[in-house]
Formats: sequence, C-alpha cells, structure tokens
Amino acid sequence: MAGQERINPQDHDRTPEDDDAEAPAPAAPQAADRDAEVDSLLEEIDEVLESNAESFVRGFVQKGGQ
Amino acid sequence: MGIETEYGVLSPGRPMANPMLMSSQVVTTYRALVQDGRPGHPPARWDYDDEDPLADARGFHLDRASAHPSLLTDDPDAPAPSGTDGAGDTAATPESVERPEAEDYDDPSAANCILTNGARLYVDHAHPEYSSPEVTNPHDAVVWDVAGERVMLAASRHLAQVPGTEIVLYKNNVDGKGASYGTHENYLVDRDLPFSTLAELVTAFLVTRQVYTGSGRVGLGQTGDEPGFQLSQRADYIEAEIGLETTLRRPIVNTRDEPHADRTRWRRLHLILGDANHLEVATYLKLGTTSLVLWVLEHLDDLAEAGVPARAELSRLRLADPVPAVRQVSRDLDLDAGLDLADGTTATALEIQRRLLDLVTRSLAALSSDAASDEVVARWRDVLERLAEDPMSCAREVEWVAKLRLLERLRSRDGLDWDHPRLGALDLQWSDVRPERGIYHRLVASGAVERITTEDEVARAVHHPPTDTRAWFRGEVMERYADEVSAASWDSVIFDVAGAASLQRVPMPDPLRGTAQHIGQLLDASPDATALLTGLRGES
Repeated sequence: MAGQERINPQDHDRTPEDDDAEAPAPAAPQAADRDAEVDSLLEEIDEVLESNAESFVRGFVQKGGQ
Repeated sequence: MGIETEYGVLSPGRPMANPMLMSSQVVTTYRALVQDGRPGHPPARWDYDDEDPLADARGFHLDRASAHPSLLTDDPDAPAPSGTDGAGDTAATPESVERPEAEDYDDPSAANCILTNGARLYVDHAHPEYSSPEVTNPHDAVVWDVAGERVMLAASRHLAQVPGTEIVLYKNNVDGKGASYGTHENYLVDRDLPFSTLAELVTAFLVTRQVYTGSGRVGLGQTGDEPGFQLSQRADYIEAEIGLETTLRRPIVNTRDEPHADRTRWRRLHLILGDANHLEVATYLKLGTTSLVLWVLEHLDDLAEAGVPARAELSRLRLADPVPAVRQVSRDLDLDAGLDLADGTTATALEIQRRLLDLVTRSLAALSSDAASDEVVARWRDVLERLAEDPMSCAREVEWVAKLRLLERLRSRDGLDWDHPRLGALDLQWSDVRPERGIYHRLVASGAVERITTEDEVARAVHHPPTDTRAWFRGEVMERYADEVSAASWDSVIFDVAGAASLQRVPMPDPLRGTAQHIGQLLDASPDATALLTGLRGES
C-alpha cells in the first residue's frame, strides 16, 4: 500500500479466501427490483425496530467524547 | 494506520446509569472474559511514558495549565513528558526501569486491557474505546476494525447474562442531543513533509471524501433539532480548520503531535472528522484513499521531477472556506452543490474527488504502484462514477446511501416526516452491535451490503495481531507472557520478570519492527520473558 506499507507488497501473505472475499460486487439491480428489495428489508426491520421509538430516541443520551 | 472507535453506551431501562462506570464494566468484563483461567494476576497497565497529547504538530507545546482537562489523556498525576527520546533507536533493546514501590491505584476511569490482537480496549472519557492494532493496508484496517465490533459484542453479551447489568453498545458518533464521540484515524506520515504543507493541501480531500465515507445521519445541527438527513455523523461538530482539541472546537486537521514512534522520522496524522462506518467498503475506501493522498503529499518533490505537478494541482483545489464546506457537503444529498475554491472557481465534491483520483492515478504511474494501491484506486473510481450517475446504485458500498434508501422507502410507505421518531430510531439502531438488533446486521444477513472480509478472518483477528507491524510483538507478548508484562503502550512493553532487580522496558519506536518475520523465531524459541529479553539483548 503506497504511503503506509513501507515493505514489499508481496510480503503481505493473503489467503485464497481473502481474494474470494474481494471478488467484484454483482452489478446493481434495476430500479423496480431495488424497490422490492428495500420493501422486503423494511418488513424485516419492522420486526426488530424498537417498538416505542419515541422513548428509545429520547432515552439515547450520551456524554460527549473526543 | 489504525482506527480508534469510541462506542455509544446505553443501559436499557436505566437512564441514569453512569456512562463512565458502564464503559469501565465493558472493559473489565472483556478483560475477565479473555483472562479466563489466569485469575489473580494484576492486568498489564498502559505505559503513558511516551504519550504527549499536548504536543502540537505546528511546533509549539500547549501549556498543561491552559489545556482543557479532556486533553490530558496521559496520566493526570504525572508531569507532561517532554517527548524527546527515541531518536534513532530502532532496535528493540530492553532498558531497565525502576520498579514502583506500590501498585498503582486501579481507577475505574482508567480501566484498560491490552488485547492479544495488539489492540487497546479502554475507557476514554465516558465511552468504551477500541483502538485497533497498527496495520499496513486498508483491507487489514477493515478486518481489525470489525474485530473491534466483535470484542464489544462479546462484552455486551456477557454483561447481559447478569440481570440488571445489561449494556448495549453502538458504533456511531452522535446521540442527537448534542453529544458527539469520535472515530479517529491514524496515519504514519514522513516527518520530512512539513505539517503546514500537509494541512494546507489535504483539507479539500478530507472535506469532500464524505461523499463515500459518510455514515448518514437523521437530523441537522449539533442537537439534531432541524429535521432532515445528512451524509455525515460528524460534520456538524467540526468547527475549526486546524487545531489541537478533540472534544471542543473540533478541527478538520488535528495537530496532536504524538507519533508513538521515532519522532525524528515520523509524525502521526490524527484525523478526528471521520464517521464510524459499518459498511466495510466505506472503511476500506476511507483508509485507502486517505493514505494514497498522503503518499502523494510525501512525494511532492519526486512527482515534480517525474513531471507530475502535484503541488500546483492540489493548491488549485484549496477551498475558500473549509469549515462551512464540511456542512455544505454533508447536506448535499444530490451531490451537485458547488463549493467555492480559493482561486475563485467552484467545483462539486465529486469533481474535487475525481481530480484527486486522477492525480493519484498519474502519481502512482509516474513513481511506483502495487496491487493494494491499484485495488483502492479501482474501487475509488468505480464508486465516484456510480455516485455521479445514480447515488442509489451505491447502496451496497456507501453507508449514507444504504441508510437513506431505507429511510426514504420507510417515509413514503408510512407517510412519515423527517422528524418522526421511527426514523431517528432506525438511525440509532443501525449501529447496535448485536446481530439480532442492529439494522446494519440485518442488511448483512439479507445480502444487501457487500462484505470484503470473511467471518473467519475477523474471528481470527479478534485474538491474533497483524503479522507485519509491531502490533505483532505487542499481541504475541500478551498471548505468551501476559503474567510477566507489567505495562505496555503503542511503542513499548514493560516486563516484570521474577527475580530481576528492575523492570525491563522494550522500546518499539519503529512501527515496522517487531513483526512476525523480524522476531517470530525468537519468540518461538523463548519459553518465558526472561529468555525473550536475553534474546533481544543478544540481537542488538
């Protein structure tokens, strides 16, 4: 990696598994297919989303950090 | 390079629970979990000796008395170290350190755990923080960042087994009430590159990379009281162009000059403006493109000789007013807003990114490239092209797009305005680390987002360090000789060996020494720390 890997790239041992994981993504689906995909995702999300959204959002209070 | 992530911490049903104590519980619980079978031994402390959070890369040193207390991240009881040692010392030669007479008081706000994967898990302010081990490439950065999510999940799962101590952790950066906590990136940069040049020329890149690094956020403004959606979690909290602070007046370019390495050779660029990303491609691109741009900055003179006028091209991309531009880009959902450049022209964030991509491509061709760099460039080009054509086509790779796509469909399906709490709930729950609750994890399970790691390599990275940096030494020492380690830090390990008159401190000022290749044989041949220390002395 230029800029960070100040050693030979070949030294970085990669397993065949890694290469599989980085195969190109499948082509983006068409618009109508995409909507159907999002709708089915939303149905799944409906089941896990906090039932009392308002109190969940109000109760999510954090201290500031860095 | 590496990533530090502060996690949001929540105890369901206990709104008054003390976040510092909860964070401490997360750390001590995980520590107990991994130390199972080796009870009784005091855990290794963090060695603050080389830390100097008040050193400013612009060349001056902030007076301790005038520093905001939150900046005093090293031991508050100790005087700020002058930060002058380590020069030229690249051999891991042990040195003697006086043994303290009494054990340090175990302050819960200082809960700390040095993991066998080379990472540090500790309490930073009121959040549990996972600081990843040093890695040499963006793929590994993703692997050890996701490993951090699994560490947090393991702690949270264990705490959930005891009634009344349930703690849920969120990998995000805002609470929607005004608080923000960070995901910081660190890059090792050649000391030869003047800091002023670095800051001047990298800013336009950092401001515009949000188009593919943003995690998306419901709500506008620091307290989120203005309804709407924006690209970035962190944008509204960036209030300065350059500066030392990290908890207030947060800058685009942070000047903390604490290299955790030989300061005559390197600086550590500490970037605090980025979002916590779940989408692996987003993390990969964030680390990959940033290190390529830094590489160009390190080679301005070589590039000029090779006929690439990188300095002039980068100068022409300077923004007229970078701080407001951060917000402008974050609110530009159509990716077509013109940003004012210092030379009087305008350009969109995508146009600036394309010009930077073009410069990086020509620079690599002119000097030298390698497979890992080419892979980043190919991804970068692909995402920029598709963002320009149809941003929604990037929902598998770009986090704000993945989030916005769900939110928009939810809005139109149920007729919700942007201030409806269900949208805010989805935004927060997006980053819940639990697979059964986290919205991101639901997308992974459905195959709706791309992963570039395998669960096997992540599971391995939870316990094992990268092999090609000094993190390997730190992690392996914790794995093999934990009982003989008294303290450790990014650039040191202190051994407390039975029978020795003093503690033995092994400095690691070179991030690329202490690798498996460098000292793997020595560790394999050392049944205990005494043998290791003898071997290290013989080696130098």
